[in-house]
Amino acid sequence: MVVRIQTADFDVGAELAALRSEQPAIGAVVSFVGLVRDINEGAEVSGLELEHYPGMTEQSLQDILSLAAQRWPVMRSLIIHRVGPLLPLDQIVLVAVATRHRGDAFAACEFIMDYLKTRAPFWKKEQTPDGARWVDARESDELASQRWQDAAAAATLSQQGAL
Amino acid sequence: MKIQCRFFASVREALGASFEEIELPPEVTTVAAVRAYLRQRGGVWDEVLSDKNLLRTAYNQQMCAADTVLTEQCEVAFFPPVTGG
Repeated sequence: MVVRIQTADFDVGAELAALRSEQPAIGAVVSFVGLVRDINEGAEVSGLELEHYPGMTEQSLQDILSLAAQRWPVMRSLIIHRVGPLLPLDQIVLVAVATRHRGDAFAACEFIMDYLKTRAPFWKKEQTPDGARWVDARESDELASQRWQDAAAAATLSQQGAL
Repeated sequence: MKIQCRFFASVREALGASFEEIELPPEVTTVAAVRAYLRQRGGVWDEVLSDKNLLRTAYNQQMCAADTVLTEQCEVAFFPPVTGG
């Protein structure tokens, strides 16, 4: 479980090669890359600044990777998140998960990203033609995160024979 | 009790402060009470920390509920809902 916060860009190929290196039991690697879009909420975005809470950020991302490892048989996992000034086309975040089988890797990667969106202390400030503005949290992100809790609750109830 | 307060993103910007060490009166014992205590300063403090603003809070760098009880030299942070990724 590796977490890195950095201003520098990252090389997805090199990171995924390192993630799966020298572990022949890994059968699947799923990765997600988040990018800076040039349009958001109807406005042109010329760039953005990413702020975070040093200390809490690293711990919260480690906690999310631990939660994922409790739910799926994750062999290796990685989050790289950039901070500071970024431009459209820039990579913001890489989440990668290595498991034996693909189903676990797909699910764990999506879970990690959904939790990161609602629990890790990052904030985006966009530059638009009307000036700079803080990005508002989206309800859809909150719902995406909640469905994992609902899924966990449903699984527990199912084990208890209640569903 | 003395605590460390941190402010982030739009909260930090509006308050013009990112960090402050605060000596609290004895009746201020929870995260919600700190928020109310800071609002008494009036002006932007009252505005930004108003209950109508959906803020998130952290206690010692963990997301926390408003009724979380403070401890000596703890770190309390106020910030808007997060928007990373």
